[in-house]
Amino acid sequence: MKVKYGLYILVAAALALSLASCGGKQTSETAPAESAQPAATPIDMSTVGAVSGTVKLEGAAPAGKKINMAAEPSCAAEHSTPATDQEVVAGDAGTLQNVIVYVKDGLGSRTFDVPKTPVELDQKGCIYNPHVVALQAGQGLKVVNSDKVTHNIHPVPQNNREWNKSQPPGAAAIEDTFARDEVSIPVKCNVHPWMKSYVAVFKHPYFGVTGKDGGFSLKNLPPGTYTIEAWHEKYGTSTQTVTIGAKESKTITFTFKATSGD
Amino acid sequence: MAQTYNRRLHVYAVFTACCTFLLLVAGALVTSNDAGLSVPDWPLSYGSVTPPWVGGIRYEHSHRVVATLVGLLTIGLAIWLGRSELRRWVRRLGYFALATVVAQGILGGITVKFFLPIPVSVAHATLGQLFFGLVVSIAIFTARWWHSDVPQAEDPGSPRAGSLAAWSVAAVFLQLILGAAFRHKGFGIVPHLIGAAVVSVLVFWTAGVLRRRFEQVPALRGSVRLLHVLLGAQLLLGGAAWWSRVWSAEFPQPMPPMVILTVAHTVVGALVLASTLGAALICRRVLGPAQHAVVGAQSQQAAL
Repeated sequence: MKVKYGLYILVAAALALSLASCGGKQTSETAPAESAQPAATPIDMSTVGAVSGTVKLEGAAPAGKKINMAAEPSCAAEHSTPATDQEVVAGDAGTLQNVIVYVKDGLGSRTFDVPKTPVELDQKGCIYNPHVVALQAGQGLKVVNSDKVTHNIHPVPQNNREWNKSQPPGAAAIEDTFARDEVSIPVKCNVHPWMKSYVAVFKHPYFGVTGKDGGFSLKNLPPGTYTIEAWHEKYGTSTQTVTIGAKESKTITFTFKATSGD
Repeated sequence: MAQTYNRRLHVYAVFTACCTFLLLVAGALVTSNDAGLSVPDWPLSYGSVTPPWVGGIRYEHSHRVVATLVGLLTIGLAIWLGRSELRRWVRRLGYFALATVVAQGILGGITVKFFLPIPVSVAHATLGQLFFGLVVSIAIFTARWWHSDVPQAEDPGSPRAGSLAAWSVAAVFLQLILGAAFRHKGFGIVPHLIGAAVVSVLVFWTAGVLRRRFEQVPALRGSVRLLHVLLGAQLLLGGAAWWSRVWSAEFPQPMPPMVILTVAHTVVGALVLASTLGAALICRRVLGPAQHAVVGAQSQQAAL
């Protein structure tokens, strides 16, 4: 009887050891090799137009909530005033920052080249900078740790592979890619729970993230009718349909409403 | 030959149960501080047993250290029971506790390696509570009182107190599963609220029956008091924990009141499980049907 129980324990130990050597989902999904990628659909640059505009916030923007960095004094020291969350960052003229504006529909089955330059996401003062980034599927996301503390970078996608990597101070940049489009992937650091950013992934290059001026510009769009969508982490999405002719540029405005109780 | 009381073994079992309770606290702190994946590797932490002691890593690594201690204590308990315990069913309980803590460790590793899949996180949370119940049971079975000549009492009432107590344990355990599923975002709060109502009815009913029928039995009197205090505290903590979650939902990080209240609610839930289990075991030890009272005492002595 004791031999039987001993065998059970050995089996459990073997399971534990094999689990320890299991890498989970840590291995990177490399972007498809160039030869496997379909060739980019040619675009007649003599006919392209653009959609540009501004994203505004109607109503008073809520004050950012203070972040308590007492658990990480070296990061707290990076901020002359207490850091606040970046959920809603409004400009002086009622504009809204960190809004992803992109072509949601209208491109058909066109394919596009994937940029070789990665998009950089920095960790400084225990805050992600920028707060929102956007890139193409297969394009590199390069995560840099400018702090003197260890971070872990943990994207939590719905439509892509999840990963979680640690990055000690001074460590090399972490580079990874997302294979599928997704708006948007929250990224967090489980060591510092206030750290949050968003990564939006697209199959095409027609996207932008608004700065403090709320401005965006989607250039080199072929003539056609497009659904343009604006996404904000708190205020959700807003959609407009725009038709542009050859060499035509149009300006649109998205307006989000600050909710009561903000 | 009847099993004799082994004080050292009992103290060891109690110590293991106490360390297991601390482990539940450590685990609850990990979840409430959203630190579950602050250490991406397993079983080592950042490739070491002494990782950087910062932020969420403190909670996650502390949880692993206490878990290792509990694992070692459980190995010792299983070996000690195996060598010295005459009652085969108690020896088996020790081995089962060992298998459970090993499974619990493996589940913990899976949660890290596979990024907290909800079913695994819920299984890890509930198996931890089950393991706590196991070690508490072993502590009870190795206690002096359990070995002593306990006067038997009749339970002529319907439903039987022992049955009510057993149903209470089952309801509390199910409620712990529902709570874990809510905590790990498996589903919303409503099933857990319904479970709270069911548990409250059953536990207060059981406590009422025990108080009315067996006021003269000291062990059961103590159980009744404990059930009332713990369940009352748990209901209050549940409301407070819910309020703290709603209040802190918009904050950029887990806020101390929310952490304290949700951890307290989780671990008092474990104590409610332990107290209902204790009440059920005491009923099993003390009570019997009226016509079997004398025979029961003799056969129980043999089983001890």
